[in-house]
Amino acid sequence: MSRIEKRFSELKKENRKGLILFLTAGDPSLSITEKLIPKIFDAGADIIELGIPFSDPLADGPTIQKSFVRALSKGVCLKDILAMVKRVRKKTDKPLVFMSAFNLVYKYGISRFAKDASSAGLDGIILPDLIPEEAENVIPVLKKAGIDPIFLAAPTSDAKRLKKIAEASKGFLYYISVKGITGDSKPSAVEVGKQVLEIKKTTALPVACGFGISTPKEAAKIGAVADAVVVGSALVKIVGEKGTVNSKIENAVKFVKALRGSLDKTKRSCFQKSF
Amino acid sequence: MSNSRKLPDSKGYFGEFGGRYVIETLLPALNQLEKEYTHAKSDPKFKKELKSLMRDYVGRATPLYYAKSLTNYLGGAKIYLKREDLNHTGAHKINNTVGQGLLTMRMGKKRIIAETGAGQHGVATATAAALFNLKCDIYMGTDDIERQKLNVHRMKLMGARVIPVTSGSKTLKDATNEALRDWIGSVDDTHYIIGSVVGPHPFPMIVRDFQSVIGKEAKKQILVAEKRLPEMLVACVGGGSNSIGLFHPFYDDAKVKMVGVEAGGTGKTTGRHGATITYGTKGILHGNLSYLLQDKNGQISPTHSISAGLDYPGVGPEHSFFAKTGRAVYKTVSDKEALKAFELLNRLEGIMPALESSHAIAQVIKEAPQMNKSKIIIVCLSGRGDKDVTQVLDMAGND
Repeated sequence: MSRIEKRFSELKKENRKGLILFLTAGDPSLSITEKLIPKIFDAGADIIELGIPFSDPLADGPTIQKSFVRALSKGVCLKDILAMVKRVRKKTDKPLVFMSAFNLVYKYGISRFAKDASSAGLDGIILPDLIPEEAENVIPVLKKAGIDPIFLAAPTSDAKRLKKIAEASKGFLYYISVKGITGDSKPSAVEVGKQVLEIKKTTALPVACGFGISTPKEAAKIGAVADAVVVGSALVKIVGEKGTVNSKIENAVKFVKALRGSLDKTKRSCFQKSF
Repeated sequence: MSNSRKLPDSKGYFGEFGGRYVIETLLPALNQLEKEYTHAKSDPKFKKELKSLMRDYVGRATPLYYAKSLTNYLGGAKIYLKREDLNHTGAHKINNTVGQGLLTMRMGKKRIIAETGAGQHGVATATAAALFNLKCDIYMGTDDIERQKLNVHRMKLMGARVIPVTSGSKTLKDATNEALRDWIGSVDDTHYIIGSVVGPHPFPMIVRDFQSVIGKEAKKQILVAEKRLPEMLVACVGGGSNSIGLFHPFYDDAKVKMVGVEAGGTGKTTGRHGATITYGTKGILHGNLSYLLQDKNGQISPTHSISAGLDYPGVGPEHSFFAKTGRAVYKTVSDKEALKAFELLNRLEGIMPALESSHAIAQVIKEAPQMNKSKIIIVCLSGRGDKDVTQVLDMAGND
């Protein structure tokens, strides 16, 4: 059982919803990211998603774009991020996943990436611009190395595509809860709930919802109709804001605790049976 | 090579290049577009409508003009100019936007968006929007807005909104990012008219097909004028739409040499250029796998060209395929060489080429003298240079 699968099975037993936090690796510096990870886990995160800075992100809104610019100005690269994961892995056994533009992994070399990511202790990867049809040579390499490929499903995906996406994914499935980019518009719990039900018809995988979820209240609302929620831009804003390292960490921890508290008030609902 | 005309394959690949590297949200729209285009292609009504608009609105066929003075001056091969500059709105871009405008109507979408560098594609899209009564938003980098003011006004006059893009290098690449981001959120009622043979499948195929009218006409015209095919085709390559448009119909004519001309900027060593095939490596940007200007970590490199339309780090996947298989060769022309060619064509022929097209002319200046007088070159004069006059004057003032 992978770390991701283990975590979701624990959540199921505890009758709780998963909380996934997104951080831009290297924003404002790689050492701060390294300090933040264990603290954010301690504050209640179940999974941390590390955004790999890219010069030309497409699915990301202004907040994450700016964080990428800050990180890249420090010269952060995939190799250094993997080394940081390796160090952090000694401090926590909670799941860590990457979210990266496919070009960065392609350029690094897919086999080399799978090997290095596996030895660093990475658990999964989300490649937003890689659809299952283009991933036929990537999926087996990742799976063999124990890296869960996590694919995205969208509000525009029909039943046939949802099936394909679910079949390609391992660990969990990432549902994009809005038609738009990160941190953009607000998802509707009714709409999200409908599509999550559709996904549940095709797979036993847990479904995490992200894009546009920024407050504890919204997390609880979407959490009620999904297995986990992803909060990104709102945390990135806190970490990127002015202030001392300690105050950033303090505010981030406070925010994650608030999300956790709000989410834990959400009782498992109609999805209990399905995973 | 004989089955090359069938490319791309069903997954949108030209050999190892192309494909669909997009977020899932856009997939249904790409499928819808592909389906609609396949239907339209074999629909006599669509073909008739496109043909009549090309003739009566765009002003096709464009002339294939024998540039006698330029030929005599260079003293080698006979030079023919395919006059895309004489199209309505002054460039080849309108061939694609009218075609995709018709597709937008067929899909029942009410709004079109586009990216633009030099502003030619923006103007052509705004024109199609006015023609078909569609809402229109054009994304344009603030650096390009500055150097292509005239085109910004033209777009606004036709009722389009020009949205300034301040991210990244503030040029074509960033305008494309922003247009794609818009489309991710607006895909239900909006069609994205990509301006070049780039983007995810089916865009490189659709744009190529609409631009192939350039090469089809040129082939007929040269057979009338010279009773034979040319030895060489020359065209500039940014994303690569005018060049693919000229090259593609000649693909199976193996004796016709194809030369794509990339922006050499201020030279390889300065790192300030847009020569993607010449200096790039394989990678993924804006939805396709192709050659790319990127650093060792896969971050996209900043580019430079005197011409906004060639100032782009990617290139159409079909060009990468042509380069890899050796069907076409790709050369670079510097900013300075392009400027000289701009001046020369004005003086010798009374024709003002766009700075993009000036790159192609500059390559002809290098090639023609080395060829026998019995040989023939066709060069695509992809657009007119009115939009560049201020910039050229400013630079002359700085010398």
